[in-house]
Amino acid sequence: MAEPASLKVSVWRGAEQGEFARYEVPARANQTVLDVVTHIQREIDPSLAYRFACRVGMCGSCAMTVNGRARWTCRTHVRKVVDADGALELRPLANLPVIRDLAADLTPFFEKWRRARGQFEPKDAPDGAVPADFAVVPPGSKARAEADAGIECIGCGVCYASCDVVAWNPDYLGPAAMNRAWTLVNDVRDGARAGRLEAVAGDAGCHSCHSTQSCTERCPKNLDPSSAIAGLKRALFWDTLLGRR
Amino acid sequence: MSGARGQVHLWVVQRVTAMLLAAAVVVHLVTIVSAVRGGLTAAEIIGRLQGHEGWLLFYVLFALAAGLHGAIGLRNIAAETIGLRGRSADLAWVAAGLLTAGFGIRAAIGLYA
Repeated sequence: MAEPASLKVSVWRGAEQGEFARYEVPARANQTVLDVVTHIQREIDPSLAYRFACRVGMCGSCAMTVNGRARWTCRTHVRKVVDADGALELRPLANLPVIRDLAADLTPFFEKWRRARGQFEPKDAPDGAVPADFAVVPPGSKARAEADAGIECIGCGVCYASCDVVAWNPDYLGPAAMNRAWTLVNDVRDGARAGRLEAVAGDAGCHSCHSTQSCTERCPKNLDPSSAIAGLKRALFWDTLLGRR
Repeated sequence: MSGARGQVHLWVVQRVTAMLLAAAVVVHLVTIVSAVRGGLTAAEIIGRLQGHEGWLLFYVLFALAAGLHGAIGLRNIAAETIGLRGRSADLAWVAAGLLTAGFGIRAAIGLYA
């Protein structure tokens, strides 16, 4: 692909109400979208607000809407998302309140992790004491494989911003919170299975998922929240049908 | 029908009726295709259904599954598109589903008797 000499970058400025500002940024080899934003803030307009921390795809801070699609900007190369015309449009993550410019407020996102009981609740030590012995968890067991498939989530919010059901129902827990719940449902050391399944049941939880899999398609860590939600539905289906809840 | 518990029950009913419908619709289509061969007459339909408990049971289950499945599906669409949610809306949808099923069951009984 022909590399443009400069990028024409439209950046959202303001909060819920605002407008796009246009900047011209020199195109460089191996440039990431986060590099472009940083260039704008350091060289052109220091008042631009955005969020980042690690720059290496670990912390989950820098996700934005890049040309209409939620992405982790630190690991998104400009050449992958820009045509020969060099046009780049940056917005804050969708489905979340905007603090300012490119910084979305992730409070509702993490509040839903709490609502989905996304914290580990040890079976052997409910009071927080250290158990006398190590738990033995066979790595090849089915439950552990299910849990392992989802534990690398970095909490970037890309799936949440990509989810149609979140857009339709602001109470919907969203893919990341339920992916987290599913890893814990499959954690044999955890003692809160029943309560957690109740927390993710119903219209605000797994039963509203349409399995359109935007979350799975766009997860930068290649996780599969859609399958995790299907797992929660399956567990609740049998528990309900067999009167176990 | 309040809260998450009722919502899960509606969801389970929809999935179970879907399984029933998968089989029932196949039987229904095969029956239609074979019944219309050589023309469709009222006498032929009554001859097939009158006094047959098996067909009565089939159509009662079919009507019940179709009524509930459709109403719960419409409930989900209404909730997501126009924000129609809540206990009274859920009860109204279940009533609409049972009413629809009732029409079908009444017809099945009429042809059986």
